[in-house]
Amino acid sequence: MSEIRLQIDGKEVTAKEGMTILEAAQSAGISIPTLCHHEKLEPFGGCRICIVEIEVRGWTKLVVSCVYLVEENLVVRTRSEKIDRIRKTLVELLLAHAPDSPQLQALALEYGADKDRFEKDASFCIHCGLCVRYCAEVKKKNAVGFVDRGIRKEIVFIPEIAAKECNRCKECFSLCPTSYLQAAFVLTEALAFPRASSQARCPG
Amino acid sequence: MDIDRIDQIIGKHQGEPSSLIQVLLEIQSENHWLPKEAIERVSEKLEVPISRIQHIATFYKAFSSMPRGRHEVHICMGTACHVRGATRILDTVQDLIGIKSGQADQDLKFSLETVNCLGCCALGPVMEIDGKTYGKLSTTETAAVLERYE
Amino acid sequence: MARLNTPEELEKFRQEIVSKRDPNRSCISICAGAGCLASGSSEVMGAFKAEIKKQGLTTDVDTKGTGCPGFCERGPVVVIYPEEICYLQVTPEDVSEIISQTIKEKKVVDRLLYVEPTTGEKATHESDIPFYKHQERNLICNNIKIDSKSIDDYLAINGYSALAKVLSRMTSEEVVEEIKKSNLRGRGGGGFQTGRKWEGSRNAPEKIKYVIVNADEGDPGAFMDRALLEGNPHSILEGLIIGGYAIGSHEGYIYVRQEYPLAVENITLAVKQAEAYGFLGENILGSGFDFFVKVHRGAGAFVCGESSALMTALEGRVGEPRPKYIHSNIKGLWNKPSVLNNVETWANVPLIINKGADWFSQIGTKGSKGTKIFSLVGKIINTGLVEVHMGITLRDIIYKIGGGIPGGKKFKAVQTGGPSGGCIPTELLDLKVDFDELTKAGSMMGSGGMIVMDEDTCMVDVARYFIHFLTDESCGKCLPCREGLRQMDKILTNITKGKGKVGDIELLEELAETAIEASLCALGKSAPNPFLSTIHYFRDEYEAHIKDKRCPALFCKDLIAYYIDPDKCQACMICLKKCPVEAIDGGKKKIHIIDQEKCTNCGICFEVCPSRFNAVKKISGEPVPPPIPEEERIIIKKSKEK
Repeated sequence: MSEIRLQIDGKEVTAKEGMTILEAAQSAGISIPTLCHHEKLEPFGGCRICIVEIEVRGWTKLVVSCVYLVEENLVVRTRSEKIDRIRKTLVELLLAHAPDSPQLQALALEYGADKDRFEKDASFCIHCGLCVRYCAEVKKKNAVGFVDRGIRKEIVFIPEIAAKECNRCKECFSLCPTSYLQAAFVLTEALAFPRASSQARCPG
Repeated sequence: MDIDRIDQIIGKHQGEPSSLIQVLLEIQSENHWLPKEAIERVSEKLEVPISRIQHIATFYKAFSSMPRGRHEVHICMGTACHVRGATRILDTVQDLIGIKSGQADQDLKFSLETVNCLGCCALGPVMEIDGKTYGKLSTTETAAVLERYE
Repeated sequence: MARLNTPEELEKFRQEIVSKRDPNRSCISICAGAGCLASGSSEVMGAFKAEIKKQGLTTDVDTKGTGCPGFCERGPVVVIYPEEICYLQVTPEDVSEIISQTIKEKKVVDRLLYVEPTTGEKATHESDIPFYKHQERNLICNNIKIDSKSIDDYLAINGYSALAKVLSRMTSEEVVEEIKKSNLRGRGGGGFQTGRKWEGSRNAPEKIKYVIVNADEGDPGAFMDRALLEGNPHSILEGLIIGGYAIGSHEGYIYVRQEYPLAVENITLAVKQAEAYGFLGENILGSGFDFFVKVHRGAGAFVCGESSALMTALEGRVGEPRPKYIHSNIKGLWNKPSVLNNVETWANVPLIINKGADWFSQIGTKGSKGTKIFSLVGKIINTGLVEVHMGITLRDIIYKIGGGIPGGKKFKAVQTGGPSGGCIPTELLDLKVDFDELTKAGSMMGSGGMIVMDEDTCMVDVARYFIHFLTDESCGKCLPCREGLRQMDKILTNITKGKGKVGDIELLEELAETAIEASLCALGKSAPNPFLSTIHYFRDEYEAHIKDKRCPALFCKDLIAYYIDPDKCQACMICLKKCPVEAIDGGKKKIHIIDQEKCTNCGICFEVCPSRFNAVKKISGEPVPPPIPEEERIIIKKSKEK
């Protein structure tokens, strides 16, 4: 694989072909904030927090660094007035769901986000998709998935699979930035798991 | 819906996973909804995880996870119909049948859905029931149309 | 039916079909498109068939169910050939007169002709009707001439001759060059240079490539693709096969939205017919080129009209778009080079091949060649599909072709480009319609929806409507679109309900920037356009809603009140009886008063008050005048007063 030279925040970075800007930045010790990214998972491009400004073939544009592949002579800026403004709004939109999330609070501090900018919403899932993707791509169990679309989109456990698999796994629990996942699991367990275990205890 | 019929539909599409949506559309159209058993069977035969099928069954408006009425009423809420008063027609239908969009009535006679454009834009406002399209509706005509259905 | 194995066999067969048809024979063409069907054209067809049989004319007169000619509001549309007499709004009751007068005695039935509303002039032939006269109907003209379910009819109008020409006399490079030379730009909304898109795929080294027809037509208010696909499915199929040949693809997909069942039916039938005749399959017309087509139905998601989401749906997944950093003509369906084009784009291909790129590029403007079909709908007298050359002015479309605004109302704006577009106001009516001019005006061509709005349309509600639509249709994967549009929807809804606050506009503009800059796909990126264009041209309406709690167009339910003017009310009791919540108090000679507490703002009283009285008023932004004293409510007849 050939080497690619690019510039990130004024620093010369050497990357391998096929790497994303995010990977190249991380290898050079330059930090770009992320929420939906995980090194074991395929890039998702959902939270858009990792947007950066690039200059390519005379054009300047904003791209998400977790998905965009490095190109020779690419010029990348990870902070700017525009980027910061957009990241601030994105964080504020998420704070309307999960104001207590540690990751979101850290980002709020960095970008001056106001947690009360938008009206609070009942659901504190931020749709990073880490749980769904981890269960599908790493554990290959598909015990939890998305349903519906747009603002009605939610994560849902498949009770039959979750009953068999989750109690001895729970690896996704530590990935959830808001602990909505744990809450959803507990609710599913209480309402929908097949009653095999309780019948074993009370056979009459 | 019996398993053999589901298997037949799957077989028609050579059991290809990419035909998933087409298979589900046929099951929905024959059965008027997608029961859990159908989703489980399709998952088994096409070797596709249940979570993916569930996402598809809820993402696309053509599918319903609850039985729909004998007569599916669709009200077009496209721009041309909106500008000509589609919201009034929707309100009228909701009041007359006593249900909101996305619901079916108690006897499963009618179910109501809004649609984002049926392509009869010149005839707005438009309502479609069981494949028959009614255009240029007024609130009184809407009531008359609904009364024709058993 | 034997397979046609060479271009010569095709020509021979075509001549046989044409020679068997007598051009002087009477043929009654009845539109069998979805619009006219909704207006009862199948009953009209049934009546014609029965009457022809009754009068013993079956050997002399043909009937034909045809494709949509686009004048849907005046349907059912019937055209009598060979005279080309055009009758509108035909009912089964008119049929016997048409047969006895027009068919037998060659006389015109005056009352079924088109009447120009201002001059009263009648038009006998389709080409005389102002709606059609000013159009340039290169694509849609054939719809009324053919039975959409007959491949022979398509062959009779020179169908598949472009395919024969391409396969026998052109190399794939030559085909791509011709399309490039024509400067055909995508008709689905992106307006991308079609030839360049094809070239990118053609040059990709992969062996497996795909060509795809996007017939998802999700823009509400647009139905051009429906008319083309339903009415002349073979023309799109021919274009697709030529495209496959040009880029080196052997597999095509036609993705049709399931809300168009007739289009699904007709294109599925067309594919079967084409297979039987040898236009699809192996070794087409002896050229050695193989090509196969599958029809796929959509399942009800506007986002699947976006090309990468459509491809994801074809793969059997939810329609979530993919980043466009690597173009889909290089890595598309199953990561293979895929050319996706809109129905109308494909329909232009056989035309360009047969008539030449030079002919095509002479029509239109510098940046936009050829014709475009628009769906002219909303507050307009002549509603329907109009095909015009690029560069015609909006004024000509709306007034010359559309006939202007009904009810004597004033034009306010025309919305183009669907949910990704904007509203164009009166001062820009002389804009020459083409891709770049529309974008400069803050809107876009989009797929061709043209929704005319008048003084009674609230522009804030228009923005709210589109944002609400997109909130419902968003796939939900990316944050700026899912959450950004959700908040914009809330704010705009509050503004239309009189709950707007100072600072709302600035917040909306910030959310707009976030969506435009950071969204994953074009749905999110273009979602703020209707808001941005209405705030640009109609800012005063927003400020009235927010500051004065007033809706200038008197539309927003929560900001208007219905009031009966005591000076005009004649106590006719019509509104009183029709009121669904019994909110009107009054009597036979007692001036009516609306009880504002009970009133639900349904507007029925406003609709039913006789126009000679015009007593029910809508008011906004001001308090409802207090009711007049009881004694003044009794209407005393003038004669008694003397």
